[in-house]
Amino acid sequence: MANVPNPEELTKVEYRPPLEPWMDSKAEFKKGAYCNAALPKWLEILDYPYPREWSVTDEDWKLPENWKEIFLTAFEDRLDRFRSFRLFMDICVRCGACADKCHYFIGGGDPKNMPVLRAELLRSIYRRYFTRAGKMFGKLAGARDLTEDVLKELFYYFYQCSECRRCSVFCPFGIDMAEITILGRELLSSVGLNIEWIMASVGSCYRTGSHIGAPPHAYKDTIEFFEEECEEVTGIKPNPSFNRKGAEILFVAPSGDYFADPGTYTFMGYLLLFEYLGLDYTVSGYAAEGGNFGYFMSHEMGKRLNYKIYAEAERLGVKWILGGECGHMWRVLNQYMDTWNGPADFLEEPVSPITGTKFENAKATKMVHITEFTADLIRNGKLNLDKSRNDHIITTFHDSCNPARALGLFEEPRYIINNVCNNFYEMPEDTIREKTFCCGSGSGLNADENFELRMRGGFPRANALRYVHEKHGVNHLSCVCAIDRAVFPPLLEYWVPGVDVTGVHEMVANALVIPGETERKTDLRFRPLKGFESEETEDD
Amino acid sequence: MSFNLAYYFPLFSVIALLFISYLGVRVGLEMFFGVIMPYLAFIVFFVGVIDRIVKWARTPVPYRIPTTCGQNKTLPWIKRTIRDKFENPESMFYVMGRMFMEVFFFRSLFRNMRTELRPWGKYPEGGKLIYWSSKWLWIGALAFHYSLIVILLRHLRFFMETSPSCLNLLESLDGFFIIYAPTVYLSGLVLLAAIIYLLLRRIFDMKVRYISLAADFFPLFMILGIGITGLFMRYFYRVDMVAVKELTLGLATFHPTIPEGIGAIFYMHLFLVAVLFAYFPFSKLMHLPGVFFSVTRNMAGNNRWKRHENPWEYEPRHFTYMDQEDMYRKQMKKAGIPLEKDIEE
Repeated sequence: MANVPNPEELTKVEYRPPLEPWMDSKAEFKKGAYCNAALPKWLEILDYPYPREWSVTDEDWKLPENWKEIFLTAFEDRLDRFRSFRLFMDICVRCGACADKCHYFIGGGDPKNMPVLRAELLRSIYRRYFTRAGKMFGKLAGARDLTEDVLKELFYYFYQCSECRRCSVFCPFGIDMAEITILGRELLSSVGLNIEWIMASVGSCYRTGSHIGAPPHAYKDTIEFFEEECEEVTGIKPNPSFNRKGAEILFVAPSGDYFADPGTYTFMGYLLLFEYLGLDYTVSGYAAEGGNFGYFMSHEMGKRLNYKIYAEAERLGVKWILGGECGHMWRVLNQYMDTWNGPADFLEEPVSPITGTKFENAKATKMVHITEFTADLIRNGKLNLDKSRNDHIITTFHDSCNPARALGLFEEPRYIINNVCNNFYEMPEDTIREKTFCCGSGSGLNADENFELRMRGGFPRANALRYVHEKHGVNHLSCVCAIDRAVFPPLLEYWVPGVDVTGVHEMVANALVIPGETERKTDLRFRPLKGFESEETEDD
Repeated sequence: MSFNLAYYFPLFSVIALLFISYLGVRVGLEMFFGVIMPYLAFIVFFVGVIDRIVKWARTPVPYRIPTTCGQNKTLPWIKRTIRDKFENPESMFYVMGRMFMEVFFFRSLFRNMRTELRPWGKYPEGGKLIYWSSKWLWIGALAFHYSLIVILLRHLRFFMETSPSCLNLLESLDGFFIIYAPTVYLSGLVLLAAIIYLLLRRIFDMKVRYISLAADFFPLFMILGIGITGLFMRYFYRVDMVAVKELTLGLATFHPTIPEGIGAIFYMHLFLVAVLFAYFPFSKLMHLPGVFFSVTRNMAGNNRWKRHENPWEYEPRHFTYMDQEDMYRKQMKKAGIPLEKDIEE
């Protein structure tokens, strides 16, 4: 992280593309923009092909001898299996509407990060090997040979796309760069090219139960620590159960929420809410991961990790599943889970045991988003909330890419925030809801070695936040995504110091008046509430 | 691809095509340019387009992945605007509405904006992003496509004995705005203006110039060539319209004839049209049928209440609960987590 230029240097972006045609220029691996190569041990755990020691900066990537044939076979296979892919290879008119919509392009100016061109990197190969015109006319038809340099270029740029889908909102044909990146990464995987940050998370998750590599007993241990923290703040000790058969609800959160601050406060928020409700729920050390880094490397790996949720729900005999605040987790749960691992006939259509509300929108997948669950509670007057306990928080809401553009969850979190917090301000219209900006570190790009890329990619979001920070004194960015909670703190420290990151359920628990609680003088982070600032200093 | 290759090659190709057809007619190849080429082009067009559509249609849609641009249908009291309902459609009805807006009004392109990074001394980082409304591309694209369709429809009268009243109405509307003899059609002028805008944008917007291929300039020059030859034929080098109609009707009724005395410019016009049609199925022009197949637009956002089946879904190897318990049984027991299979003491 040491060599990252300061914000002033980073905002001097050169958008003018170079004179040299893009097909003629090799990818230059800039330090801070790429992620490290995956270690062989993870590939071995996951039965992924060509485990070996290699390094991105080496000339020789130790590719299998017939890598080209493997890559092209895999390419053809994806063309035959995904209508989206074949279509998106065929119909782009290169109008350029997507160009300045990508956060990596806006923050970095690398022309190959214009979604259209990032896709053309692959389309040029498609034309060369799978279309008549490309086979006959080559370069004239926009085709180019697949060489090692081209392969390296694909690797470099497909790991500079966070699959946020913002470009697909603006594309007149709905071409989705995320889909192309997902499949492009599958192709790279087919010749043994993977990044360590994703593979380590996936390998750990596959065996232990979560990306962070916490086995069931460690998971329990961590949550028990949160129980004590909750007790210290509120006097109430939540009492969750682990792997309990016969519970009504299985609760699944992303591991980011029990791994590090400030996600952990969100997890404490869940626990306090459930305790308040007396909810009959359990958490599992097997389905301990809602997030799904497998999805960032292949559809198959996404399915293999996602498998655990339904399997565990069936084993424990629960009625339905409640899911925590997480972005790509909800893309997977919404758009893939049922197709991959359903139908979940062994579950029941979700009904809130507190309000009796039927979640008819989740009657197939049987999995409810926690903001839907909580919004329903508030709407039915089931929560005793003291908004003033969040008066030290002036917040805005960051729509995370996937809940926004792959689900359409806009109103529930806002409804909750407005009911638990007095000071809520929206960021500019062109940067929220379906036009929201990525945190810059999604899709498994939240590694350390690509820190500069992350700062660049997060710039548009940070800049919109800067606007409300200056105008309304916003000091918190709230969100419903665990990757956000992990990556925004360093991003905001870099771009907008003085703004903290909070989950929505952390604020819910701050405001929740729990019967039998002690007088609250601090929030869940042990920061003094408004009106108690002086006492805090006396204690010190 | 270098700009020179992307720009000049298509330009000179179109000029060459014009020359070929001019010379061809001069040496008496009217039959080829007036009959054989149009028929060939039509066969290639139809077979090619259908082949590509069948290919798309036969490729499975494994997952339901709409890009949602509005509030999903969730709890009944969550407010959803009309916009939400169409941009995150809950059913086929709304999907059709979304597609209608996309196809006829270029809804997504209407969202377009321009992002500018402006030096901004008031912010410590010294830069501010500004999002400008930018509808030029949308206007240009709409003008281009609508004038093109009007022109195509007007040309139908060349293939019918008597043109139906709706075509006559279209023609008189199109000719209503500019009073001149012979009638000046608005659509022709709009098309030319739009084409020139799209061309200039490709040449002078550095980002678009950088991504442009020969395949982007070629259709533009072709349509420009077709438009210019068409205009010339109508306003400067007038051709014998009765003879032209004899030829086109002959084509349409499969009794092709080559009437005497049609100027070479007509054959040049027709030849470019034929080449464009033959080129269509192999090019980006396939975005026309393609947009209907776009899975991020033509699917409903109803994933959680309606199951989507993937025809090729397969079962990979899984790590089961028992695999995990076998791995951690001792520690789990110690931590007080219930087990499926207790440790035998």
